[in-house]
Amino acid sequence: MIERRPLLDLLTHLMLLVGVAATCFPIWIALVASTHPPERLSQRPLPLWFGDHGWETFSTLLLTDVGQAGGVSITTMLLNSLIMAVGITVGKIAVSLTAAYAVVFFRFPFRFLCFWLIFITLMLPVEVRILPTYDVVAGFLKPAQAAWTWVEGDSWLSRLLGYEVVVAIPNGLLDSYWGLTLPLIASATATFLFRQIFLTVPDELVEAAKIDGAGPWRFFVDILIPLSRTNIAALTIILFIFGWNQYLWPLLMTTDVQMTTVVMGISRMLNTDTALPAWNLVMGTAILAMLPPVIVVLAMQKLFVQGLTEREK
Amino acid sequence: MKARTAIAAALAAMTIAGGAQAGTEIDWWHAMGGALGGTVDEIVADYNASQDACSLNASYKGNYTETMTSAIAAFRAGEQPHIVQVFEVGTATMMAAEDKGAVYPVWELFADAGLEFDQSAYLPAVISYYTDAEGRLLSLPFNSSTPVLWYNKTKLDELGIDVPKTWDELETAAKAAKAGGVDAPFSFGWQSWTQIENFSAWHNLPTGTRANGFEGIDTEFTFNNDAVVGHIQRIADMGQEGLFKYGGRRGDSRGMFVNGESIFWINSSAYYGGFKKDITDFEFGQAMLPIDSGVAAAPQNSIIGGATLWVLQGGESAEYKCVADFLNFLSGAEVQAEWHQNTGYVPITVSAWELSREQGYYETDPGTDTAIQQLNLNQPTSASSGLRYGNFVQVRDVINEELEAVWTGDKSAKEALDTAVERGNELLRKFEAANAPSQ
Amino acid sequence: MAERRVIYRQRLLPILLVAPQLAITLVFFLWPAGQAIEQSFYLEDAFGLSREFVAGLNYEALVGDTRYYRSFLTTLIFGLWVTALSIGIALILALAANRVLAAALTYRSLLIWPYAVAPAISGVLWFFLLNPTVGVFAEWLDLVGIDWNHYASGNQALALVIAASVWKQISYNFLFFLAGLQSIPKSLIEAAAIDKAGPWRRFWTITLPLLSPTTFFLLVVNIVYAFFDTFATIHATTSGGPADATTTLVYRVYNTGFIGQDYGSSAAQSVVLMALVIGMTAIQFRYVEKKVSYQ
Repeated sequence: MIERRPLLDLLTHLMLLVGVAATCFPIWIALVASTHPPERLSQRPLPLWFGDHGWETFSTLLLTDVGQAGGVSITTMLLNSLIMAVGITVGKIAVSLTAAYAVVFFRFPFRFLCFWLIFITLMLPVEVRILPTYDVVAGFLKPAQAAWTWVEGDSWLSRLLGYEVVVAIPNGLLDSYWGLTLPLIASATATFLFRQIFLTVPDELVEAAKIDGAGPWRFFVDILIPLSRTNIAALTIILFIFGWNQYLWPLLMTTDVQMTTVVMGISRMLNTDTALPAWNLVMGTAILAMLPPVIVVLAMQKLFVQGLTEREK
Repeated sequence: MKARTAIAAALAAMTIAGGAQAGTEIDWWHAMGGALGGTVDEIVADYNASQDACSLNASYKGNYTETMTSAIAAFRAGEQPHIVQVFEVGTATMMAAEDKGAVYPVWELFADAGLEFDQSAYLPAVISYYTDAEGRLLSLPFNSSTPVLWYNKTKLDELGIDVPKTWDELETAAKAAKAGGVDAPFSFGWQSWTQIENFSAWHNLPTGTRANGFEGIDTEFTFNNDAVVGHIQRIADMGQEGLFKYGGRRGDSRGMFVNGESIFWINSSAYYGGFKKDITDFEFGQAMLPIDSGVAAAPQNSIIGGATLWVLQGGESAEYKCVADFLNFLSGAEVQAEWHQNTGYVPITVSAWELSREQGYYETDPGTDTAIQQLNLNQPTSASSGLRYGNFVQVRDVINEELEAVWTGDKSAKEALDTAVERGNELLRKFEAANAPSQ
Repeated sequence: MAERRVIYRQRLLPILLVAPQLAITLVFFLWPAGQAIEQSFYLEDAFGLSREFVAGLNYEALVGDTRYYRSFLTTLIFGLWVTALSIGIALILALAANRVLAAALTYRSLLIWPYAVAPAISGVLWFFLLNPTVGVFAEWLDLVGIDWNHYASGNQALALVIAASVWKQISYNFLFFLAGLQSIPKSLIEAAAIDKAGPWRRFWTITLPLLSPTTFFLLVVNIVYAFFDTFATIHATTSGGPADATTTLVYRVYNTGFIGQDYGSSAAQSVVLMALVIGMTAIQFRYVEKKVSYQ
C-alpha cells in the first residue's frame, strides 16, 4: 500500500461488494426460483428467499425423465455435454499442437498456404456457415459407403469370419458424437496460440536438443510439450467451456433425444407456446448446466488466469 | 484422414447395430416442447405398445421454424424423417415441395397402404386448410386451434358487463371496465392471425387474390381493404384511450390476462390447458369472436392455426405402411378426444367431438367447444378455408412490424396496411420466382 | 510472418503433423464456406429441388435492403454498448481490486465465474429476471413507474440482450485489467505518490496510459464477441425481435436462411460477414504479430 486512506479503502470495498452482489444476483434468483413451485413464481411480490420445493425440483431433474425436456433425464444430458466438451477439448488440442509444431519448426512445400488456410478460420463462428456444414456432416460417410460396396467388403469380411455379416455404414455423422465434435474442432484459435508460444522458444534450446541428438519427435514430446504445460492446461479449461456451452450446432444436428445436451435441453423447456414454462425446472436446469464449467474455472483459477492473460496480452 | 474415417465408420456402425429394435422403424420430428411434448411422448408410447410391427421414434426439433428447417436441411442431405410437423404458414412451402415430389400426400399414402380413408369424418374447417385443388388431403392436421375471445368472468360479473358479441359492444364494455378500474381491458396475441387473417375469414373477406392463394402462387394481398383498415384503426383508437394495450407478437401478453390487467384477450383456444392450471384467483370463460356489424351481419367461420403432419418421400414402402398405420391411430376418436381435452386444441374428427360430448366434457368444462363451433359455423368459403401464401413467415413479420407502428402511433392504419401489402407482395413474387414450375 | 532460424529438415513428418488440422479445416470449414459462396449466386427453393443462377441478384437485393442496413446499425449499437459497459465496469472493478491487494484474489474468484456460463444460459437468466410477469427486475421497475415489456418495446429488448451479454463479459475484461494493473511496476506509482500525486492523478497520468495495450486488445475482443458470440443469447431470449430490434448481422444470416428458407440471400450475407471477419482477423493478426516480433 502506497499511502493510507481508510475512507478510500472503505469505498473500494463497498464498490467491489456491489460488483460482486450484482454479478451473483441472477444466480441467487435462479436458485431461489428453483426452490419454489411454479405457481408461486407468477405471484407478486416475487420470492427473494428460498422455498421448500427445492428437493422436489432437483430430484425431478436428476432422477426422472423430464417430460418438459423430451423425456430425457438431465443426467443423460449432462453426460452428453461432458462427452462433447471433452471430445472437442482433446481433439482440438491434439490437432493444433501438432499443426503448430509443424508450422513453426519445419519448412515444407506449401507451408505458407497451409498456414493461411488454417488461420482464415480464426473468427468465423459455425452459425454463419451452418447449413453447408450440416450437408457435409450428413453426407460424410457416403464416400466410405461407396468404397465399401466397391471393394465388396461385406463378402470379404463374411469369408474371413466364416459367417454372413453386413456392415451398415450410415450416410454421415448426424446423431453421433463425431458429428457433434469434429466441425467444432475446425477452428484455429488453439493453433494460433501454440504458434505464438512456440515462437518464443529460444533457438538455443532447439540447437542444444539437436546437438544432444534428439530427433524432431523426441524434441516435441520431451521438451516442447512439457515447456507449454501451463498453456495447455489453461487452454484445456477454455476449450472445455467452449465445448460445454455449444448451442445451435447440437440443436440442429441431433435428432435422437438421447443425444440432447443440457444447454439445448433448456431451450426446449422454455419453448412452451401456450403454457407458462415450468420456471422452477428451467432455473434448476440452468444451475445444473452452469455448475460443471464454473467449478472447473474456480478450481483451476490460477492456471486459467495465467494461461488466459499471458496468452493474449 | 483415412484412418479417421474408418474409425468413425466402425463406431457408427456399432451404434446402429446396438440400437436396432424390433419392427420397422419410423421417425417423427415435432415441435412440441414443454408439457405438450410430454403428451406427445405418451401418445407415441401408447402407439408403440399397441402393436409390434412398427416402432415410432419421436424427436423434438425445436420450435416450429427450427423443426421445419431441420427437416428441410435433412431432406437436402437425404436424412429426412418420415413425418414432420409443420405449422400452418409453412403450408405453401410444403405444397410447392409436393409438386416436385418431396412430399407424400396423405390421401395417396392411405390409398397405397390399402387403408380406408374417409375424408368426410374430419371437420371441414380443419382439413380445408390442407387440401389440394381437387379437395384431397395433403397433410394430417395434428394440433389445430382457432382464436376465441377469452374473458375474465369474475370481473365482468362484478362490473355487471355482458360478454360482448360485437366490436361495438366490446368497445363499450372496455370503457365500462376502464372506468371500473381495469388497467388495460383488452389485448390479444398473434396479431396477424387473430386480427387480420381471422377477422377477414370471420367476415368472409378474402385476404388475397386467387382464393387466398389456394388457386396459384401468382396471388396478391388485398387485406388493405376498408373493413380491415377500419378494424385496425378502431383498435388503435382504443389504444389511445387506454382501452387496449399491446403486449407482444406471440402469446406474450398472456400474463396480462392471467394477472387481471386485461379482462378481454383474443388468442388461441389452445390456452385452455394452461389457464386451467395457472388461473386460480378468478373464473374465466371463452366466447366466440366479436363481429363488426358494419361489415357483416353474421359471422362466417374462423380459420385454424397450429400444425399438421407432413409425410416426406424417400423411405421404403414398408415404412410408409407404418406411417399410414400411425396416422390412422392418431386420427382415432379416443386419441383425439384425449388430446383435445388435455390441451385445448380442437379434435380433428367429428367422432372425437362426439365422444367428448358423450363423455360429458363440455358440461364439466363449459366453453371448451367454442372453438369447434366457430370452425363449424358454416361450410367454409374461398375466403374462409384458410390461406396459402409463400414466404408467409416473413409476411407475418412484415405485418407485425407495420401493426406495431400503428400501436405506437407512428402510422395510421391505412398507411401501415398499404405498406404491409406492398412489402408482402414483394415476398410473394420472390417465392413465385424460386418455386416456378420448372420448364 | 515471424520466422525461426533453427529448424528441422524433415519433409514428410511436418506434412503428417499438419494433415489432421488441414483435413478438418478443408472438410468442415473451407468446403462449406465454398458452398456458401456458390449458393449466394443462386435462387433456390427450400428443398433444393431446383435452382436458378441469378448472378449478383442476391447481393443487389442486400444493397437495396434498408432492413439489412438496420441490422448493421443494430449490430454496431449493440457492439458499442456491450464493449463500453463491460470494459468500463470491468476497469472500475479491477482498479478497486488492485487497491485492496490482500483481498484481490477473493474478489477475483467472486467475479470471474460468469465467464464459464453459456451465452444461452446467461440469456435465459436475464430473460427470467426481466420477464414482465415472473421477473424480479421487471417487478422493481414497475414499482418505480417503468412499464417493462421487452416483447413490445424494441429498445427494452435490446437492453435485455445487452445486459445479458455485458454480465457475462465483465469477468473476462476484469481478468485482463487486473493482470495489466498488477504488471505495472510499483516503483512507478510510489515515485508518483512521493511527488504528491493523488490517486486520481496517478490513474490518468500513469495507470491508464500503461493499460492502453490491454485496453486496445480488449476493444477488439469485445467487438468480436458482441458481433459473433452473442447469437445464442439472442436466440434463447428475443429471437431477434420485436420487429428487427435485436437482429444482429449473424442473427440475420440465421433468420434469412432458417426461418425464411431464402438460402441464396442468407449465403450472400454469410459471404459479406466472411469478408468482414477476414478483414478483422488480418488487422488483429498484424497487431499481435508485431507485439510478438518486437518483444
